[in-house]
Amino acid sequence: MSDMLSAAFVTVFIATVIAQAMPLMLAAVGETIGEQAGVLNLGIEGVMLIGAYSAFVATLVSGSFWVGVLAGIVGGIVGNLAMLVLNVWLGLNQIVIGLAVTLIGEGITSVLYLQNYTKSPASLGTPPKIAIPGLSDIPVVGPSVFGQTGIFWIAVIVALVLAFAMARTNWGLSTRSAGQKPSSLDAAGGSVVRTRSIAVVLSGALVGFGGAYLSLITTATFSPMLTNGLGFIAIVITMLSRGRILVVMITSLVYGLAVAIGPALQVIGFTVPADIIKMLPFIIVILMLIVFARSSVVPPALGTPYTRGAR
Amino acid sequence: MNTETSAARRFAEGFIRAVVPVLLALIVSAFVMMAIGASPLEFFAGVWKYGITGNNWQRSLVLMAPLVIVAVGLIVAFRGQLWNLGYNGQYLLGAVVASGLGPILFDVMPAFLATIVVFIVAVLAGAVWSLIPAILKARYGTNEIITSLVMSFIAVGVVNLLIKGIFKDPGVTTPQTAVIPDDELLPYIPGTQIHIGFVIAIVLAVVAQFVLSRTSFGLRVDIFGASPKAARHVGLNSTWMVILLFALSSGLIAFAGSIDILGQFTYQRADWDPRYGDAVMPLVFLARFRPVAAIPFVAFYAVLATGGTLAAQQAGLNVDFLLVIVGLILLFMTITEYIGDRRKLGQSYVPAGLRRTVLKPFLGSSVASSSAGTSATESRSASERTSV
Repeated sequence: MSDMLSAAFVTVFIATVIAQAMPLMLAAVGETIGEQAGVLNLGIEGVMLIGAYSAFVATLVSGSFWVGVLAGIVGGIVGNLAMLVLNVWLGLNQIVIGLAVTLIGEGITSVLYLQNYTKSPASLGTPPKIAIPGLSDIPVVGPSVFGQTGIFWIAVIVALVLAFAMARTNWGLSTRSAGQKPSSLDAAGGSVVRTRSIAVVLSGALVGFGGAYLSLITTATFSPMLTNGLGFIAIVITMLSRGRILVVMITSLVYGLAVAIGPALQVIGFTVPADIIKMLPFIIVILMLIVFARSSVVPPALGTPYTRGAR
Repeated sequence: MNTETSAARRFAEGFIRAVVPVLLALIVSAFVMMAIGASPLEFFAGVWKYGITGNNWQRSLVLMAPLVIVAVGLIVAFRGQLWNLGYNGQYLLGAVVASGLGPILFDVMPAFLATIVVFIVAVLAGAVWSLIPAILKARYGTNEIITSLVMSFIAVGVVNLLIKGIFKDPGVTTPQTAVIPDDELLPYIPGTQIHIGFVIAIVLAVVAQFVLSRTSFGLRVDIFGASPKAARHVGLNSTWMVILLFALSSGLIAFAGSIDILGQFTYQRADWDPRYGDAVMPLVFLARFRPVAAIPFVAFYAVLATGGTLAAQQAGLNVDFLLVIVGLILLFMTITEYIGDRRKLGQSYVPAGLRRTVLKPFLGSSVASSSAGTSATESRSASERTSV
């Protein structure tokens, strides 16, 4: 038991929770923006993989993690273009497009990775960390929370800014009305298609960022099917959080806790089969769904393409 | 507007709408192959060679057995507008029942009886597993796409635990179940290497077609799918309908898993997942949710997958490329559908001639060709057993 309480152990544990939670948080924030605007993107598993792979390649080639993150964001936006054109602009079935994007994302990243990197598996090394003066000297919490990479801080700030913007700005209002009652947005002089387009692009950028975080920092490498269902968990978290980005952030930490607890138990001597550790997040998600099923509310216009004048 | 169309015209339209997306997907995938430095010609030649020529067509038919049953399972749910996407988990659950419970049962009872018991338990396992998404959907309207997907990930874990735990063959170091001896497997169709699962699958598709299109139950499913509200008005219990359709769908997919183990694979290894559902799903859309119409699509895919595994290696690709083709088929399907609807319903105010011109770049933009197949299709010869 004394091992468990050692400062070094807790520090590692907190750092693991954060590392696991961040990609999910970014993806879920992206999905939230899309869903609030009325676009249910089932393809984010594929979009995340595209982001993760682009970030991985760009970082290997350029040697800079910042270039990698940028590439991940661009990759995410490109991955979401199918949703933008086919669903938002042409009004085609979201479920089918979403699944297509997931399959294509999984297939193409796996094929490209195996073709280019299997012979010489590449790893990225550690991204530079920024120790915040003062705060990072706090024992236990300091090194794990305040000694993170700059990318971590950017991600946190982006999420907080978006939480504020969604709740308190005109942009947030029109985005939410595009998902709640598109016709009222239209009547008020806004453009539903433009609002949704912006939301989908932004959502793609965030999901791509999430993928980049996953490959660059959480796992520090890429492998086929790296996300392993993370995209779908992000969709569940989005549904359960009812569009509140701060809740998304907290729920993601719960997920991070669920992932980190398995290895931690092993360290203190409980042997937990790897399969159970892998299942744990999904079990927690399904339990949350069962318990909170009643309150998982989605915007009324979610999934329906908007046609002006149609009822 | 003339709403009456001749049967021939409807057939032709349906055919075009079904075949065009596949062709476009193959053309685009050929370009993708060229872009990543593989040879599409080599690949397609390989698909033909390893998927059809010699005795290879028999391997393709063997692969069709689980695929057709999975297709029927998906159609049952999709007809009622229930999106059961937990197919990977349900298939593996059915498979693990056969590979884990099978060897135990074959020891204590005649092979015929044991096979029946395995099938029943597999179907029940699948049906019970789908209760959570079904009940959440029926009671609280929770999106079944998400719940069934999450349950699928849990099922994969449960199956792995079983294979590494109580079902593990103690004689082997790798986590896998005991190999079922040849004389306890499903019999071959005389004169071929195709097990009778193929016949079962085809019969099942025909029966499902009949039930869905010619019985009152089928009508109820269609009404429910069209509008659960309307269904309630005509006295259908929607809670029961959701649970029943989910159980049927999931049970059938699990059945496909058990038939695949008893028919071709003979044992199951941890972390094995052929992901048949991902491949079949677009095909059932193309078949307009009609079980019999799904058979030719499944046959096409089976050849692509059987030949594609070897062909992909030769063309310098990874078998995951098949996912890209399937995804492209889905995308082109929605686009074809869009164009078809526009033209038929005349929603556009643009005159017909001009509309055709406007749509032209759209139709023409998708060029190019083809691609590849995967999926573990092995004969049951001992030499190939290792690949499960």
